[in-house]
Amino acid sequence: MPSFWQDSNRLVLGTITLFLVLLLSTIILVPLFQILRQSFFDTAHHFIFLHNFIDYLSQAKSLRLIQNSLFVSIVSTLIVVPIAFWFAYALMRSCMPLKPLFRYASFMPLLAPSLLPAISFVYLFGHQGFLKPWMGDSTIYGAWGIIFGECFYVFPHILMIFLSALSLSDARLYEAAQSMGANSVRKFFTITLPTLKYALVSAILVSFTLVITDFGVPKVIGGDFPVLATEIYKHVIGQQNFSLGATVGVLLLIPSVITFLVDSLVQRKQKAVLGSKFVLYTPKKAPIFDTVMFAFALFVALLLLIILGVSFFASFVKFWPYDLSLVLKHYDFDSMDGGGWNSYFNSLTLAFWSALLGTILVFITAYVVERGKIFSFLRSFLKLLALLPMAVPGLVLGLGYIFFFNHPSNPLNGIYQTMGILVVCTVAHFFTTSYITATTTIKQIDDEFEDVAESMGVACYATFFKVIVPIATPSILQIARYFFVNAMTTVSAVVFLYSPSTTLASVAVLNMDDAGDISAAAAMATLIVATSLSVTLLFNALSHFIFKQSQQWRKSR
Amino acid sequence: MSDTTAIAICNISKRFEDFTALKSINLEVKKGELVCFLGPSGCGKTTLLRIIAGLESCDEGEIVQYGKTITHLPPSKRDYGIVFQSYALFPNLTVAKNIGYGLKEKGFEKKEAKKRVKELLALVGLSGSEEKYPSELSGGQQQRVAFARAIATKPSLLLLDEPLSALDARVREHLRQEIRELQKSLGITTIMVTHDQEEALSIADKIVVMNHGVIEQVGTPLEIYRHPKSLFVADFIGKINLLEALYQGKNLFSVGMLSLNVWVEEADMPSENQSAKLLIRPEDIKLYDAEAENIIEGTVLKMTFLGSFCRLLVAINGLLDDTLLLDLPHKLLMRDTIDEGSLIKLAIAPKDIRYFLGETHA
Repeated sequence: MPSFWQDSNRLVLGTITLFLVLLLSTIILVPLFQILRQSFFDTAHHFIFLHNFIDYLSQAKSLRLIQNSLFVSIVSTLIVVPIAFWFAYALMRSCMPLKPLFRYASFMPLLAPSLLPAISFVYLFGHQGFLKPWMGDSTIYGAWGIIFGECFYVFPHILMIFLSALSLSDARLYEAAQSMGANSVRKFFTITLPTLKYALVSAILVSFTLVITDFGVPKVIGGDFPVLATEIYKHVIGQQNFSLGATVGVLLLIPSVITFLVDSLVQRKQKAVLGSKFVLYTPKKAPIFDTVMFAFALFVALLLLIILGVSFFASFVKFWPYDLSLVLKHYDFDSMDGGGWNSYFNSLTLAFWSALLGTILVFITAYVVERGKIFSFLRSFLKLLALLPMAVPGLVLGLGYIFFFNHPSNPLNGIYQTMGILVVCTVAHFFTTSYITATTTIKQIDDEFEDVAESMGVACYATFFKVIVPIATPSILQIARYFFVNAMTTVSAVVFLYSPSTTLASVAVLNMDDAGDISAAAAMATLIVATSLSVTLLFNALSHFIFKQSQQWRKSR
Repeated sequence: MSDTTAIAICNISKRFEDFTALKSINLEVKKGELVCFLGPSGCGKTTLLRIIAGLESCDEGEIVQYGKTITHLPPSKRDYGIVFQSYALFPNLTVAKNIGYGLKEKGFEKKEAKKRVKELLALVGLSGSEEKYPSELSGGQQQRVAFARAIATKPSLLLLDEPLSALDARVREHLRQEIRELQKSLGITTIMVTHDQEEALSIADKIVVMNHGVIEQVGTPLEIYRHPKSLFVADFIGKINLLEALYQGKNLFSVGMLSLNVWVEEADMPSENQSAKLLIRPEDIKLYDAEAENIIEGTVLKMTFLGSFCRLLVAINGLLDDTLLLDLPHKLLMRDTIDEGSLIKLAIAPKDIRYFLGETHA
């Protein structure tokens, strides 16, 4: 086509597409490829193919590790999935009071690093635990500590899956069933459950994967109960055995990839279930059911708040549990290990830049993939790159970053050990969820806007800034908030990448706990929660303000 | 191609993977004409419009607008305005900003642009709505704004993609006449895609009936309605009765046990024993009067009230299972006290029966 590049819109979109493919390949695909490659080599850099895996799996110790990991993942999943389901059901299908409060309480764990519930459990049931007698002869350090901690950490993630699935139910199905005389039990089994079966599969897989790849909880409370995730950390940080770290990392990649594949398949089916037009289900009052649901939700919410509150309270207590007078000395981070207050400010810097750059990158990527119009093959590839991070546990990504960016011949070597690599890694790590949010929003925007603008000879970037961005502002704010909060709380990927000058708050929690300074760890964790919460409230206020400003045109038709 | 040609489409083809959307389309649109692309969904009418707009590329063929080949030009380099079914009004911009969106690009000064917007709003009867947002307007008003925006830069061609189908029936009927009047007074060449035959019949200068990616027939609304060139066109436009028949010679076709006198054209002369399909519009079947030909009798099976007239389903004596649909005014039904179960006597003028020939039987 001779006049192909004459069109400035195509030129702009094409260039951006190419640039994004290069960028996302560099920050996602290549590091991942490096870790795969590494796992096929021995410490002397000889290619040994699967030998590392065979070698590893043939040790009795590794089998025990795998068994341990599977055990805590399966038991946590069995506990948290039903609880999250009934909690979601209570929120969506009952008329219980205080729903907004329950909603807020249930999402609190998202604001904390996964280390926090573990610290709280140590405070409650550990050596100096308040409720240690409850434990009898058994100990919280080990499998059960991990399981309880993980349940707290995973709960909101699973809850979200069920909430969105329950919100898709068509009220007319229930009305039809009722008109045919079905009772509520029958309706539950013939309508509710079938529409939720995909969500249930998703929930189980996501829960399993989150637990098996998390290392915050087992690191703090695992005691003598090693799991795969803590092993990677030990191999890499403790023994500098990168090759073995990579091998275990690739093992962890397996459940994540399976989850990712099954989940995307399930998502597609879920969409097919949903008709084009459906009537939103609104629950009707049912006193007994509502009361039972309220009691249940209250119990779960209180449990979550207590776990969060214990760390919060303990961080102000002079000497838990013997001297409960309130002091601020645990917040004197500068006199402790872990990087001091600098860690906190570093985390703020990281969160700020991740939110800013991540949001811009995610939104432009989603826009180009959805509306790019040219290079359809490259755009499909771009989409794949954007979805890939979902399948990569943070530990594995961080390890991949070491292999890739620490390589002396890499021209990007300069960003190693800087704030830059932490930002890049965080953006890559949390790319997918934000990308899906952005894509959903862009899909809802009439694609004829671009056609009209083009027919009037208006450049695509002008329309992007004048029309698309203003419409999408609420979702852009959501994405920024998501990046910020996750950058504050994440430990897994960045734990391999920080340097003495770029220590982070979440890593400081880990290191303080490691050094036995659990009160300081609780204090820092509390500070993270407080910051995440403030930022969330700030963003909500901002969203609200923008909504008010634009409500004249946002009125639904 | 002559001076009066606005757009010439030569041999346009388009495939989507293993689906052929358009098969060598040829068409000319004259200056100032309103042409409707009419057809069922999936017939390729929207694809053809999008190719003319440059929003879709074509695999083969050429498009010439006012003597200039535009086949591979990007939309921004073409000269047209477009209105979509969804209107695609930018929700975050005011009416004035929506209409003026493309004016800056065409070199309008701010003041000029403001004046032009005012002028356009007056033209579509929405003066004073400059500062409103699209969501504050009714569907019909939004449609007018979209129309004003499309003609803001005075394009030589206006493309309308099902512009009325999102509106309710009353507004739709009113607006289509309005569009037609504006189009005539502006003299702007217009192509409109629609699946609504009534819409096409009522406002088009020329209708292009499409099906399965090919053009079935091009003609004025009257030609399309009275002289359909294919069974598809006949069936798609308006209601028809279709009867299997056999030519017996001497202008006579046998249908079941009946024999119908038909105006046979020289150009399309059937041979004896050639099978044919006879086509009769419901409004062409009359109640019997003295001078009538083709007199048939039957029993009214069903009467459907349709406002100004009634549609009758009649079982015809001598036609076995075949029934005929016919439209009659209430007055006549009242006069003759016709009701379900009544016996009626009907007549069909030979010139009102069209035929499509099939194969010859020995």
